[in-house]
Amino acid sequence: MRIRLEKRLTPSRFMQIATPIASVLLTMALGAIIFQLLGFDGPRAIFETFITPIAASYKWQDVATKAAPLIIIALGLSLGNQAKIWNIGAEGQYIIGALAGAGVAFALPDAQGFWVIPLMIAAGIVGGMAWAAIPAFLKTRYRVSEVLSTLMLVYVALQVLNYLVSGPWKDPKGHNFPQTPPFTPAQLLPHAIAGTAIPPGLVVGILLTLVFWVLTTRSVYGFSVRTVGAAPNAARYGGFDASRTVWSTLMISGGMAGLAGILEASSQLGQINLGFPSGYGFTAIIVSFLGRLHPVGVFLAALILAVTYVGGQVAQTVVHVPNATAGIFQAMMLFFILASDILVRYRVRILRDVPRPAPAEAVA
Amino acid sequence: MSMITRRNLMKTAAAGLTLPALARSGFAAEPLKVGFVYLGAIGDYGWTWSHEQGRKALAEALKGQVVTDYVENVKEDASAIPVMKDLAQQGHKLIFTTSYGYMDQTIEAAKQFPDVKWEHCTGYKHADNVGTYNSRFYQGRAVIGTIAGMMSKTGTIGFLGSFKIPEVVMGVNAFTLAAQAVNPKITTKLVMIDTWFDPAKEAAAAETLANLGCDVIAQHVDSPATLQVCEKRKIYGFGYGADMSRFAPHAHLTASLDLWGPYYIERAKAMLDGSWKSDDIWWGMKEGLLGMAPYNKAVPDNVRAAADKIIADTKAGTYEVFTGPISDQTGKERVAKGQRMEDKDLLVMDWYVKGVQS
Amino acid sequence: MNIGFFIDALITVVGVTTPILLAATGELVVEKSGVLNLGIEGMMLIGAVTGFAVTLNYGPDLGDMAPWFGGLAAAIAGAASSMLFAVLVLTLGSNQVATGLALAIFGIGLSSLIGAGYVGMIVPSFDSVFPDSLAGDPLWRVVFGYSPLVYFALLMVFAVGWFLNRTRAGLILRAVGENDLSAHSIGYPVIAIRYAAIAFGGALAGIGGAYFSMVITPMWAEQMTAGRGWIALALVVFSGWRAGRLLAGAYFFGVLMTLELYAKASGFSFLPSQFWAAMPYIAAVVALAVISAREVAGSEAPACLGRPFLPNA
Repeated sequence: MRIRLEKRLTPSRFMQIATPIASVLLTMALGAIIFQLLGFDGPRAIFETFITPIAASYKWQDVATKAAPLIIIALGLSLGNQAKIWNIGAEGQYIIGALAGAGVAFALPDAQGFWVIPLMIAAGIVGGMAWAAIPAFLKTRYRVSEVLSTLMLVYVALQVLNYLVSGPWKDPKGHNFPQTPPFTPAQLLPHAIAGTAIPPGLVVGILLTLVFWVLTTRSVYGFSVRTVGAAPNAARYGGFDASRTVWSTLMISGGMAGLAGILEASSQLGQINLGFPSGYGFTAIIVSFLGRLHPVGVFLAALILAVTYVGGQVAQTVVHVPNATAGIFQAMMLFFILASDILVRYRVRILRDVPRPAPAEAVA
Repeated sequence: MSMITRRNLMKTAAAGLTLPALARSGFAAEPLKVGFVYLGAIGDYGWTWSHEQGRKALAEALKGQVVTDYVENVKEDASAIPVMKDLAQQGHKLIFTTSYGYMDQTIEAAKQFPDVKWEHCTGYKHADNVGTYNSRFYQGRAVIGTIAGMMSKTGTIGFLGSFKIPEVVMGVNAFTLAAQAVNPKITTKLVMIDTWFDPAKEAAAAETLANLGCDVIAQHVDSPATLQVCEKRKIYGFGYGADMSRFAPHAHLTASLDLWGPYYIERAKAMLDGSWKSDDIWWGMKEGLLGMAPYNKAVPDNVRAAADKIIADTKAGTYEVFTGPISDQTGKERVAKGQRMEDKDLLVMDWYVKGVQS
Repeated sequence: MNIGFFIDALITVVGVTTPILLAATGELVVEKSGVLNLGIEGMMLIGAVTGFAVTLNYGPDLGDMAPWFGGLAAAIAGAASSMLFAVLVLTLGSNQVATGLALAIFGIGLSSLIGAGYVGMIVPSFDSVFPDSLAGDPLWRVVFGYSPLVYFALLMVFAVGWFLNRTRAGLILRAVGENDLSAHSIGYPVIAIRYAAIAFGGALAGIGGAYFSMVITPMWAEQMTAGRGWIALALVVFSGWRAGRLLAGAYFFGVLMTLELYAKASGFSFLPSQFWAAMPYIAAVVALAVISAREVAGSEAPACLGRPFLPNA
């Protein structure tokens, strides 16, 4: 008996949807076992991590708040990933975007009016795009791998943040702690849309999901991006410029990361300090893969990952598992989804050996 | 693991002990739930460990009236808010957030839970239901500075810090001033490594200080890496926050101990009798918030006597390390002779005293 | 400044450089075979916690030999964790970037979980392999006074360099990295070679991590590698995928990091410390641009780096 993998003619639709679901379920099962073996209350840990944030309505706002930046960043990343352009520096673009928006805020401390926030947001998007422009330039001009350049720039961005909040942008009234001055009320986004508990970031996320859905599935641009990724030679014949794709996808994903950054900075804590980088840029990569690079999938995947973040904290308080827990679950889900990828592209066939011909026939 | 067992044990103990109380009084009083948010792991033998000792002291002293719980390794970013809200949701009415980086998150969580009382350690933002508390760590620095000044043969002592924030600056200055009081020619070499935690970098920085001639090194970072280097290089060091002698049996001369127990007990009592109000508390040795670890065998008697005198005088209020004349690194006099620096100036201190090489 | 000053400084540089050198040497082999494993940080931490735990638990039984077992355990643990990556990437054909990141995140989290019970404990470190008279000598300690892992690291760099450039097996490995389809058609077992390379990379990363928990500061603390895994990645890039340049580059980074501390301790800070901290990464990006622009054969990224092996595509 042998197992053979047969390439499918078209990727299996069923598997594309089933595998993310299976990944989550397998993670829950395996996670419970691992925790139990390490001496924690495994099933309880899983319950608090995955179920409580969905079941307890007071947690929904937390989930939505955590999901919003993941959605926004991952939408941008998924576009590039479809073109096989790997932007893993979203965390850096997120930081620079937030700093750019904050810079505008500090340059206009007395500004009032409804135009302040849009201006900050625009600055945030431009900031993120600018930071992504460096790897884009390096790739198109010097053929530098964007995987490495975007990643290295994350650590440079962290130092830029460190420098600004410890030096030029340090709050003079902040007792000399490394943090920026707080944003003025005119520069703050409300936590929730008036009358509801919905964070504005989520609304932005939903709108962008629709935009990206149309862009990806119904526009020529979306088609060109997918083609460049799937069949670069065909793309060239079709007139789709690979260079332009590199620039456009990196700009878009950088801009999205920057947008998420400034939204987060102006709505959550209202100032920027060393704790600002929360790892959203890296988690968004997981979201992008879990969502199979499709905008709707990304939206749902972001919710699931947000649930693990929020649930991980609940588990920490209730079951006393370390806060590294969330990271383990997220990594496991990513492992499973990556492993199951093969089921989408290949069919598993179990073959029985054909019985050998009788030896007598060989002697003729 | 042991954490779970301790917690279960605590819960069972607390529950079991309330029974006789119920029987006696015939009136069921719900124990006060007190929560703690920790930055690190309770086993870190440093900052968080000290707070945990304080929590245990509280649980012990007010057994039956108070039930405590904690969450460890809570990062100092926006994700701390849900943790705090969870504690409030679970019925904790008094919550201590034990690190500077929780300041804004505490204010935020407090807004959403106005009937819960919050206390933020080493911060400065207040609200009706948010108070702050701090310890005069610099008093401990004065003691070890005295020891360092008397025991340094090279006249150069080292300080390994994290960020140039007032708390650290006060520590550096107190350390230097006290050492200069016994040896006016003392200079302090200072390295700030711009992180609270990176053991390898701490070790490299400590080695650098040793290479540059420091034979006594104090630290304001969260791991015992510095002490391990001191032990290897056969020079002296001090523990910070807790007794770290296990990491450096020969090098560890003493340590300043953070004793949060008395404060936590005091505040829980205030909750129980209804007198809690938002305050800005800065206690020190006198109030029992700060202590010193036993001296190492290597500390000679005259040094012990000098150090003990500093401790006694601090408790009595007759010694204050920040008494003038004090000049800054440029030579300008900042505090006149005989004058004591005021609390409000200490809390924003961003300049180093003369003799600190930074 | 006397000779002793320079000796002390050099010893500090060596301590800072060694773990990065170990991890980067392993990753060099992996990338030369055409695979990009971004999970170095995770593998280092798993090695760190395993090495520490084994040394601690078997210390009473094994005495002086305990750290050696710990080091071995760290290597095995690192290699085992890399197999998670290898199976996904080589056998199941998953995306290398995402899988590597998942390994990093997983390793960070798992090591924290396993290490939770070990915070605040200490272990004995390695005994020197050289006699005390040499290791302790004020002058000769600059050569003989290091932990065995330091010599191991140097040995490994030279061994890897020799292997890649002077042995047939190394040539085959490089061929697999430059053109896997051709290598496959000649008959070389591409997948098996890559598995071996990844395991080797994992083992060295594990030992590199153990250097933190067993040599620099013999204790365990969550995430104690503090990002050195990412610097190791930058180093491989900066070195242009050549072993000799890797060694030089590693010490270059080490000198930069130590220089920063010396400058601070002596009272100079002519550039903000954040600039120094960012230096390795900026240097790596610049090096990448220079390497790719000059198109010098042999010092480019292996042509198949990051691409899945699809013989039947």
